[in-house]
Amino acid sequence: MRTDLLTEPVDGLAEALAAVDAFDRALAGGLLRPAPAQAAGLDGLAEAVAGSPLAARVAEAAGQAAAGTAGEDHLVALAAARTALLGSVHDALAARLDEAIGRPRGEAPAPAPAPGEPQAANLLAAARSWLTDLARTGWQGIDHELVSGAAPVVSALLADPALRRLATLLDGFAAELAACCPGAALERIPLRRWADLWSRALLLTVPGAADAPATGTLTGRLLPLGVDLHEHATAAQAQVHAVFEPAEGGAPRLVRAGVAVPKPDTVVGAGVWQLLRPHLSLLAAAGEGLTMELTGMPVTAEGDLLWHDEHARPGAPADAFATARVALAGATTPSTAPLDRHPARIATPVFLEGYTAHQEDDALAFELAGHRLAVDTDRVPAASPLTPGAVAASTACLGLLRWDDGEFRLQPLAVEATVKRKTVALHAGAWAGGTGDKDGAKAEKAATEAVAMLRERAGRLLRK
Amino acid sequence: MLSVREESSTARVIPPAQPRKLAKVPFVELADGRLQGVVSSGSDIERVYVSSIAAGDYAFACSTNNNRPCGGARGSFCKHLVALAGEAVLQYGAERVARYLRVESADGVATTQGIVSAMTANRPAKADATAAAPVFSRFLRHLAYLELAPTTAPLPELHWFPTTRAVV
Repeated sequence: MRTDLLTEPVDGLAEALAAVDAFDRALAGGLLRPAPAQAAGLDGLAEAVAGSPLAARVAEAAGQAAAGTAGEDHLVALAAARTALLGSVHDALAARLDEAIGRPRGEAPAPAPAPGEPQAANLLAAARSWLTDLARTGWQGIDHELVSGAAPVVSALLADPALRRLATLLDGFAAELAACCPGAALERIPLRRWADLWSRALLLTVPGAADAPATGTLTGRLLPLGVDLHEHATAAQAQVHAVFEPAEGGAPRLVRAGVAVPKPDTVVGAGVWQLLRPHLSLLAAAGEGLTMELTGMPVTAEGDLLWHDEHARPGAPADAFATARVALAGATTPSTAPLDRHPARIATPVFLEGYTAHQEDDALAFELAGHRLAVDTDRVPAASPLTPGAVAASTACLGLLRWDDGEFRLQPLAVEATVKRKTVALHAGAWAGGTGDKDGAKAEKAATEAVAMLRERAGRLLRK
Repeated sequence: MLSVREESSTARVIPPAQPRKLAKVPFVELADGRLQGVVSSGSDIERVYVSSIAAGDYAFACSTNNNRPCGGARGSFCKHLVALAGEAVLQYGAERVARYLRVESADGVATTQGIVSAMTANRPAKADATAAAPVFSRFLRHLAYLELAPTTAPLPELHWFPTTRAVV
């Protein structure tokens, strides 16, 4: 891998992000009575997309917002402009990554099909109305009353699995805002993050925006690389990155398969694996180092398998590091869905060796061919045999390249280290399918008891 | 709050809850301007107490799920309220609980004992029982998360919520 390319500046990146940041600052103050500096931020966003098909609508929306008269549709237009701008940042970073890794990228999917039946229009409208109030108030003005307005909307959205994307996003976002109330007392505001979450949620209120239908099926062999875990207080998702080899031959490709589940906030650590485990047989296979044979597994244009256990059965053993050494370099990277083009969505599997690890204060970095690559050990799950110490002492690393806060970073999924002159592999998701490890088993038992206690309480109190 | 980086999309703003045993206090939260939650009765398995302490003035309330007032919470905090504070400290850390309740004390608020003494030293008043119903419904909503169906369709939004090793 050419690490030099990961540290070189990307043309136009600073300008695009400056426009995003100026808009994000405008949003922080609220759009009820925008100050001149906020108006300039809105204007800058419109200018940044002036050469795109969005130009006219965004210019109008920015004008209305600057006058304090933006309606819901104007805010959607502004969110779309910000998303488009970050989409261009994503594309530039993804192109840079492809060049650095030297791996082919799949063709962009055909335009998404027209939205089907508009579902739950009133629920989407309720979500949009809350997001509008939020934008008018601004982060500096949030209070408990405003933030708790999301609760009934989230409860109703969660009940419909088709609306899970918006529900999960709003749930995590509202909890975060609630923990930060009152906004007036905040010393620093996560400007980029909250504007990301706000604009993404607003776009998901457009009927059909969240659809990611299957565009085909896959039959062949699936070789797991590693497990990426996401969670907020009341949701978790495990995503398995894998190489797929078609049965009919042809180029292998990178795919993902995942499972997501809402959870009570007291279910943490090993408890999260326990909730996810029963719904994705791939988690156990990945934990045990097995391949899976797929037959007719539905897949989206983005390379996300829509997993059904009946289309998969466990296959022969396969070491993830062997897969990474042999098959990863030639595997095609899937293209990204239009709405998902955002730097935070970049998660590209890579295999590294021949680096030296440097501990810098409490941050870790690998030096590779004379260039520094930050290592994000904070993303290694707590319920895992992989630890920051093991990453620092490793000789080979399988991970996801990500981009945030101005730089590429490596999220370790697994490492090889030498213990007593033997090479051992440690996986972030090793306990996803269960564990015989002593510490792991203890955490599993505590988590089982916590969930049993909640179920007992739920059984007694819920149905009264 | 954890460290806030203005130009980061994925910085974790609130640390994850820490694991704790749920037998005594199945539910605790910092919400609606209160430390509030549900405490299991020590004697009757069918009964729970709905307890809350308001931020700022520490006005307290404790009653059963059938809306009977708790006998212990007359003049000051009952054992349910103390247990609630203790479990909140386990789940969120003493610093976050003290900050939310706006508790400051020269003796320090690094422990449950410190936080509770600082509040009772203020001679808090008994609040009316109006908070009980919304707290109990929030508890039921919390339990309902266990009943929601999982999905194997991707949720790309969760890339904004990476898991973290950060502890409070």
